[in-house]
Amino acid sequence: MNLRAIKLWLDERLSLSTLAEIASKKEVPLHRQTIWYYFGGMTLFLFTVQVVTGILLLLYYRPSSENAFESVQFIVTEVKFGWLIRSIHSWSANLMIATLFIHMFSVYFLRAYRAPREMTWLSGVLLLFIAVCFGFSGYLLPWNKLAFFATKVGTEIAGVIPIVGRPMLRFLRGGDDVTGATLTRFFGFHVAVLPASATMLIGIHVLLVQLHGMSVPPKYEGTNVKKMKFVPNFLLRDLIGWILAIGVLAALAALFPWDLGEKADAFAPAPAGIKPEWYFLFMFQTLKYIPAKLWKFDGEVVGILTFSFGALLLFLVPFLDRSSGHQRRRLVFNVFGVLVLLYMVVMTIVGYVT
Amino acid sequence: MNPQDNRAYLRGALGLAMILTLFTISYGQKKDSCVECHTRLGGKLAEPVKQMKNSVHQSRGLSCNDCHGGDPTQDEKEAAVNPRTGFIGTPKWNEISAFCCKCHSDANLMKRFNPSLRVDQEREYTTSVHGKLLAKGDQKVATCVSCHGVHDIRAVNDPLSSVYASNVAETCSKCHANAGYMTAYKIPTDQYVKYKTSVHAKAIYERQDLSAPTCNDCHGNHGAAPPGVASVANVCGQCHVRQAELFQASPHKPAFDRMQFGECIKCHSNHAIAKPTDQMLGAGEQSVCVTCHKPEDKGYVAAGQMRAKIDQLLKSVDRSTEILNRAERAGMEVSRPKFELREAVDAVTHARVLIHTSSPAEVEKMIAPGLEISKKDYQAGVGALDERSFRRKGLVVSLVFILFLATLVYLKVKQIESRQTA
Repeated sequence: MNLRAIKLWLDERLSLSTLAEIASKKEVPLHRQTIWYYFGGMTLFLFTVQVVTGILLLLYYRPSSENAFESVQFIVTEVKFGWLIRSIHSWSANLMIATLFIHMFSVYFLRAYRAPREMTWLSGVLLLFIAVCFGFSGYLLPWNKLAFFATKVGTEIAGVIPIVGRPMLRFLRGGDDVTGATLTRFFGFHVAVLPASATMLIGIHVLLVQLHGMSVPPKYEGTNVKKMKFVPNFLLRDLIGWILAIGVLAALAALFPWDLGEKADAFAPAPAGIKPEWYFLFMFQTLKYIPAKLWKFDGEVVGILTFSFGALLLFLVPFLDRSSGHQRRRLVFNVFGVLVLLYMVVMTIVGYVT
Repeated sequence: MNPQDNRAYLRGALGLAMILTLFTISYGQKKDSCVECHTRLGGKLAEPVKQMKNSVHQSRGLSCNDCHGGDPTQDEKEAAVNPRTGFIGTPKWNEISAFCCKCHSDANLMKRFNPSLRVDQEREYTTSVHGKLLAKGDQKVATCVSCHGVHDIRAVNDPLSSVYASNVAETCSKCHANAGYMTAYKIPTDQYVKYKTSVHAKAIYERQDLSAPTCNDCHGNHGAAPPGVASVANVCGQCHVRQAELFQASPHKPAFDRMQFGECIKCHSNHAIAKPTDQMLGAGEQSVCVTCHKPEDKGYVAAGQMRAKIDQLLKSVDRSTEILNRAERAGMEVSRPKFELREAVDAVTHARVLIHTSSPAEVEKMIAPGLEISKKDYQAGVGALDERSFRRKGLVVSLVFILFLATLVYLKVKQIESRQTA
C-alpha cells in the first residue's frame, strides 16, 4: 500500500480534503495592522506549551501541604530538566497572559468585535478570566510562603464582596483559612476544571474565527485590502513566531530560573511587601489607595464592585459600541480604551516601585 | 419662698443625701480606726495608708493591725494601740525579719493566701551574710524591708516591685554601689556597673529576657552570699548545665581546686561576663588560656588545637555559605543544602561547649561530622554553579538551533511567496 492509498483511505473516513479545501480558502487581510493578528495564535501556542509542561510537571507534583513544596523542590533539583520544565511553565504562563492582554486590546482598538463577531469577543473575554484564574490557582501550587500569603490576601479580597463574598471565600479556601484543603481544590481547578473549560472555549473561539474570518479594521473596510493565504503563508509566519517564543522561554528559564522561595508556614508572620502576580497588581494597588470609607460605604467594597462593573463593561463592549459611522463615538471609545490601558500600566508600575 | 430659702433647702437636702450615702457605703464595712486616724493626721503619718493601697497585702485583704496588732475597732488612740492588744509600732531593725515571718514562716497561714509561696525565708536569711551580720549587731545590713519596701510591698511578679527580675540589680545597688555606705565592709562597689556591661544584663534590659540572671540568681536572695570558690561551677551550672558538667569532669577541675581558682569566673570573670568569643581560646592576644599556660605545656598545645579545629569548621562553613549564596543569587535552587548547613553551624556551637572538656579529641568528635556536612554542601554549591554554566552553554546551543530553524522557515516562506508572485 503506497502513501497515496493511505491518504485516500483516511480522506474517505475523515474528509481531509474538505478540511484542506477550507484551509486553502482561508485568507488573512494585509494592512498596516496585520501584526496584531499574530497575538491570538501566539497566545494559543503558549497555552499549548502550558498544557505540555503542565502534564510533565504532573508526573512528579504532589498536591498536599505536606508534599507540594518538596515535590516542586524535587522537580527543580533532582528531575532531569525538571528545572527547565518548571521555569518554562511559569514564564510561559506570564507571557501567555501578556500576549492575551495585547490580543484583547488590539481587538478592542481595531474594533474586531463588531457584528457578527460579538460571540467571538465574549468567548475571548471568558478565556481571559479563565487565564487569570489559571494564574491565581497555579501560583499557590508550589506552596511557598509568598504564594500562601498572596492567596490569603487574594481570597480575603474576594470575601469582601457583599452577600456572595463570604460563601465564595469559604468555597475557594475549603474552610475559613488557607490550608492544605485550599491547595487541593486549587490543584483541582488548575488541572481539571480550568483546562476543560479553556479547551472548550478555545474550540468555540477558534471555530468562530474560522466561521467569520479575520476582521478587517473599519478604516480599511470597503477599500481593496490585499490578502495573504493562511496556509501556508500566515501559518509559517506564525511558526517563526512560535519557534522564537521557544527561544525566549529557554533563555528566560536558563538565565532567570523561576524562584521557589521558602516553604509556606501558616504560623509564620506574613512577609513584608506581599504582592500578587503582575496582572493583578493594578487592582491591588487601586484597593490600597481607596480610602477605608467612601461616604457611607466601605472603600474596599466600592473598589471591588467597581472592578466587577468594569469586567461587566468589558463583556458588553460589542453591544455598547454602536459607533459605526459616528466619528465622535468612535473617539470616545478610543479615548476610554487608552485611559484604561494607561491606568493599568501606571498602577502596575506604581505597584512594583512602591 | 424667696431664693435664699430655696438654696438653704437645697443645701440641706444635699447634705442629707451625702450623709445617707456615706452611711450606706460604710455600713457593712469593717471599722478601721488606724486608717481613719492616720488619714486624718496627714503628712508623714498618713503615708503608710497611701502606700498600702498599692501593696499586695492590702490586695489580699490585710490591714495595719494584721502586722502591727492593736484594735482597729476602737476610736480612742489609747485603746486602739494598747500593747495589751498585741500592738507593735515600728519594729526594731533586728526584729524586722521576725516581724514579717510571723506570717511568712507560717506554712498553714500562707496556704490561705498563696500556697506556692515559700516559708523558709527567715531560715535562709539567717544563713546570709546580711543575716549573720545582723545577728552580730550590725544595724546597717539589709533586712526584709530594705529590698521589699515597707508598706508598699508588691508581689515579686509585679513589674513595679523592687524585687521584680529587671529591678533586682537596682535594688541591690542602692547599698552595694554606695561606696560610702559600704566602706566598713571592705568589699568592692563596682559590681553593679560591671553587671550592666555583661551579656546577662544585655539579655534582661535589651532583649527583655527575664530568664537571664540578675544578682539573686547567682547569690541567692534571702540567703544572699557570695558563692565559694569551689561552688562557682554549680552556680553557673544552674543554667549552663552542659558546660558545668564538662568542666567538673575535666582536668581543669582538680587543678582549679588546688590553686583556689574560682572555676568559671577564672576565664569568664563574674559580674562583667562578656559574650564569649573564639578569641578567648588558643594562644592569641585575647586568649584566656595563656594567663595560666605557657607555650611549652600540654594545656597550651591543647588550647591551640581546639581553637584550630573550631576555626577550620568556621572557615569551611563560611566558604560553603558563600558559594551557596552565590548559587542562590544566580537563581539556582539550593535551599536544601543551605538547610543542611545549619547542622554544621550547630556543630560549631556544640564544639564551643565541648572545649570545657579541655580535650581536643572530644572537640574533634563534633568538628569532624560538621566538616563533612559543610564539605558536602560546598560541593552542592559547586554543583549548582556548574549546572548554571551547563544551562547557559545549553542555551547558546539551543538558541543557535532555534534561530537556524526560524531562518529556514523564513526562507521557505520567501520561497513560497516568490513562487506565488511568479
